Amino acid sequence: MSILEVKGVNKRFGGLQALGDVNLSVAENTVHAIIGPNGAGKSTLLNCLVGKLIPDTGSVMFDGQSVLGRAPYEINQMGISRVFQTPEIFGDLTVMENMMIPCFAKRDGAFEMNALTSIRSQRDVLEQAEAMLADMNMIDKREMLAASLSRGDKRRLEIGMCLSQQPRLLLLDEPTAGMARADTNNTIDLLKQIKDERDITIAIIEHDMHVVFSLAERITVLAQGTPLVEDTPENIKGHPKVREAYLGESA
Amino acid sequence: MLGLTKRDTILLLVVAALTLFAPFILNPFPEGSAMAQFNAGYPDLMQRFVIFGIFAVGFNILFGLTGYLSFGHAAFLGVGSYSAVWMFKLLSMNVLPAIILAVIVSGLFAVIIGYVSLRRSGIYFSILTLAFAQMSFALAYSVLTPITNGETGLQVYTDDPQYLMGPDSPTVTNLFGLEMRATYTLDLGPWSFDFNAGYYMCALIMLIAVYLSIRIFRSPFGLMLKAVKSNQQRMNFTGLNTRPYTLAAFVISGMYAGLAGGLMASMDPLAGAERMQWTASGEVVLMTILGGAGTLIGPILGAGFIKYFENIFSKINDTVLHQWFAFMPDGLEDFMVFLVHPFIGKGWHLTLGILFMLVVIFLPGGLVEGGQRIAAWVRGRKSAKADTATSKTEPAE
Repeated sequence: MSILEVKGVNKRFGGLQALGDVNLSVAENTVHAIIGPNGAGKSTLLNCLVGKLIPDTGSVMFDGQSVLGRAPYEINQMGISRVFQTPEIFGDLTVMENMMIPCFAKRDGAFEMNALTSIRSQRDVLEQAEAMLADMNMIDKREMLAASLSRGDKRRLEIGMCLSQQPRLLLLDEPTAGMARADTNNTIDLLKQIKDERDITIAIIEHDMHVVFSLAERITVLAQGTPLVEDTPENIKGHPKVREAYLGESA
Repeated sequence: MLGLTKRDTILLLVVAALTLFAPFILNPFPEGSAMAQFNAGYPDLMQRFVIFGIFAVGFNILFGLTGYLSFGHAAFLGVGSYSAVWMFKLLSMNVLPAIILAVIVSGLFAVIIGYVSLRRSGIYFSILTLAFAQMSFALAYSVLTPITNGETGLQVYTDDPQYLMGPDSPTVTNLFGLEMRATYTLDLGPWSFDFNAGYYMCALIMLIAVYLSIRIFRSPFGLMLKAVKSNQQRMNFTGLNTRPYTLAAFVISGMYAGLAGGLMASMDPLAGAERMQWTASGEVVLMTILGGAGTLIGPILGAGFIKYFENIFSKINDTVLHQWFAFMPDGLEDFMVFLVHPFIGKGWHLTLGILFMLVVIFLPGGLVEGGQRIAAWVRGRKSAKADTATSKTEPAE
């Protein structure tokens, strides 16, 4: 059964057809990769899923409910978390504070006027945040400022923050972009572990074929705003249309 | 204590001790001595210290935590003052209803201005708040004359209704009979210390205001406000709605400003439109940045610092300077007076401006950062001594 249904989505920026009649179905508890050359519309599609952009036509259903017209925070509260291409974390706050914020968001909702309760008394949130930091192997960095972390650790922290909301769908936008090989492999291991240990659906946009073929169970190839093929990794590898779209880029 | 950590409790106790003993601390020089003009322990000025302290502490909840720079906070100060004076005109000279109404009205006012201004962030937010404050100023100055008494300013007249006024009620501002201007003067040899009822009431209210501000800083709500400043994108994609958080911070800081305005009117039952002018809004920004935006104690330090300069440096004139440099040969004396002259009296803004620039350039964290650096330096010297004694090494990671 599919958790995310995209049907007939179109998006135009002036004269540019960024997305043309995109249909996509992501099955529950799978890892679904969306690949394609630069400018294929991958990020535009992702932005349409999380409420950053509104498609001109078409529908986006998450778990039977439409996400269109909802604010990003509402879509997140429905159960979709997003990891950005450059890690979006709270740089001025400590790692522990970074981890507490999604825990509060999960517990208290989009807004809570708890101005006179002390953070120290919120044991449930503190425990949850610490457990997640331990899972991410970052417990020794808890008092560090998030901005001072290495690129790989920032990514780990961001993924941990998304996971601590217990989302049903995790969207990853080129999670290994600009990473060294070792960091990339660490991230792949982390994502594999997440996939094995949790009931979670992962949709991933990626350029790095090594990452895609290590993780994905289904792959959709996007070219010029339209899905070319959707299939298993084995079938995608030798698909002539895919080779044509990449035109030597990965061949 | 009171739900605070040990460090925060100590901080609050230090502030409490400083305000309690302010009449002594601010009057270190004997009456009639050459240095007596640096004494700041007279009731008027002490009241202003704590009132502007409240104003800056409230402003810091908005600017220090969320990073939204409001250039229109004086509007709330003015609204608070007008509301308070109206209570004096309608009820009696008791300050309690005046202060309560000042906080409520400025809070409502903040909801309206905040709701509109917070649709934008950054420089556009600042400009919107500035526009609102200037509109309020213009309204108070001319259009709303029936309510604000225009350029004369609102004051209490003998033919005002004052429905709660008994035949023997005090005709000056008071708290259930305790007159705000009541002052006990303690003479100790050449020293003289003033203990003023109004000052102590304001000081008590400031302590409550500081306590609430500490609680807000340490709450999940305060953490969310810091998150707004740090990364709004991540907040939105973490299921948090930034709008009500920023609006709540704006309203709280508006209420603090209204409280300060109400207290100003309670000390001196007047309210004029100039209290809402943009220079007054700018002043609280300076106070907060000078003291240290986003720190608990910084805004109070900044407020005290600026008010001290405004009231003490502005009073030094050339006659005083000639006294100071009297020991020098005539030509040199005149030259020194000529050199220092632009920085004193009406030129105190120049001195303040230079100090402000120095702080912003060399201590971006304000006076608080200066204090931390000194503390770290002292501790560093101590631990350097301890280190050579034990020559302890940290294990490398």
